[in-house]
Amino acid sequence: MIEATELTKDYGATRAVDGLSFTVRPGIVTGFLGPNGSGKSTTMRLILGLDSPTAGDVKVNGKHYREHRSPLHEVGALLEARSVHTGRSAQNHLLALAHTHGIPRRRVAELIDLVGLHDVARRRAGKFSLGMGQRLGVATALLGDPSTLVLDEPANGLDPEGIHWMRNLLRGLAAEGRTVFVSSHVMSEMALTADHLIVIGRGRLIADASVEEFVRRASRQVVRVRSPQAAKLRELVLADGVSVESVEPGLLELSGLSAEQIGETAAAHGIVLHELTPQHASLEEAFMELTSAEVEFRADRVELPVEEAA
Amino acid sequence: MSAVEIHVPRLEHVGRVTQARVARSEWTKLHSLRSTRWSLLAAAVLGIGLPCVFAAVTSSHWARMSLHERADRHPLDIALAGVNVAQLAIAVLGVLVITGEYSTGMIRATFTAVPKRLPVLWGKAGVFAVVTFVLALPTVLVAFFASQAILHGIPQLQISWSHPGVARTVVGGAVYLMLLGVLAMAIGAIVRNTAGGIAAFAALFFVIPPLMNVLPSSWNNAISPWLPDAAGRSIFTLSPGSHSLSPWAGFALFVGYTAFALAVSAVLLVRRDT
Repeated sequence: MIEATELTKDYGATRAVDGLSFTVRPGIVTGFLGPNGSGKSTTMRLILGLDSPTAGDVKVNGKHYREHRSPLHEVGALLEARSVHTGRSAQNHLLALAHTHGIPRRRVAELIDLVGLHDVARRRAGKFSLGMGQRLGVATALLGDPSTLVLDEPANGLDPEGIHWMRNLLRGLAAEGRTVFVSSHVMSEMALTADHLIVIGRGRLIADASVEEFVRRASRQVVRVRSPQAAKLRELVLADGVSVESVEPGLLELSGLSAEQIGETAAAHGIVLHELTPQHASLEEAFMELTSAEVEFRADRVELPVEEAA
Repeated sequence: MSAVEIHVPRLEHVGRVTQARVARSEWTKLHSLRSTRWSLLAAAVLGIGLPCVFAAVTSSHWARMSLHERADRHPLDIALAGVNVAQLAIAVLGVLVITGEYSTGMIRATFTAVPKRLPVLWGKAGVFAVVTFVLALPTVLVAFFASQAILHGIPQLQISWSHPGVARTVVGGAVYLMLLGVLAMAIGAIVRNTAGGIAAFAALFFVIPPLMNVLPSSWNNAISPWLPDAAGRSIFTLSPGSHSLSPWAGFALFVGYTAFALAVSAVLLVRRDT
């Protein structure tokens, strides 16, 4: 369980996180979505007490992270920026962290096997590929058998097989009743992994909803209509709150009316329909729609995107 | 693709974070890095090797030296010559012990495991101090007895272990290295950057002291003994000059500098964002 209340963080004059309030519940995978630079990593650092909030508050399992006596048992974290000494082997990295909580050596070996790093466990972590680094990050996060997981872009650098593995792992962890909080800027990945979404843009909360609800709310429901009498139909349905777009002669895209309403109107006026298809906006489109106003750097502006404050 | 169950093994018991556990973690971190092993090996080899080389060179040139030149030689200068070089290896390693974590991002993993942070600082300082002393003590002892053995043909350069101050001076060399390592670590924790930490250390120990010679000698004599470098040296100096602090006063001052730097780094460590 993670509870953020009016969480705010300034870096100099830049407000990275702006009055965020949300609750991440156990038993489901909660996706944390936002464009790059929207404050996801900052929020995660605030949750872990790595940075202190300018205002507001965030608690994990009922306490500030710093107040926990066995922090690794409460929260397992994988942070976007690498958090491993490049000169140390994966095994010694895990062992050093395990020692802080008196976690036995056996646990380190188990996790190295689980994430599939057995063959490279004694190699310097600096030589690891991005994917291997992410697997080591997952092993680090699971070290203390935590009830809450905070994972920043865990799919980064993974191959398709690795992404599939990560998805199963996250779903499995949630199914065991753990709180799983995963950030991503890739909507489609979250559509497959998450049950619930918290969406932010420029540090502000945009949406806090289940995946289905998010798509429903965010997308304009568009119905595709093909008819030889398209022009007549257009005149019949035009009203307040209804918009009609002519894609090509004989093909309309209507929003503001359901397929049923359009079909009934057509039938009442004897209009022949060749196609009547409700279009579901993809999650990606819903995401773009919602965040477009909040994206800091638009493509039409000639500005280089800056890295999220590290 | 069907969902494959991934079973994460459960952990029966998870302990609390204690200072002893954090110290053990820091020990694992320290000995599992190649840079540590090489720096410590370099410190030991130079600490023993240089006095032996100097003793051998002095021994072979003794017959050709003027009386004046002979009077300038002191057996403990030869025995502890290595400390001056070993201090560079120890200081660089001391800085790296903490800045290496910042440069690689390891510090985030460290502070996630130990979010109260201060146990990490005490653990690092304690472990590094013990490791440095355990290595430096045999180094200075071997350097002393080996250089004395090499100089055995020169009665003027023989000095007994039981001679007043000799044991304190030789062991003082090891104590100096230990404190220096902790001071360098504290500087690293304040600066949080390897290049900056080493530069700050070098300025304090290698740049500022010779600059004092530019000052009028009354100023120089008044200021120089109080600098960290001179204060630290007094503990491994047999007979301090008229403008130096007494060995124990210098030692106390050096401990004070180290404690001050450590206290500043502790305050900053807890307050700053990572």
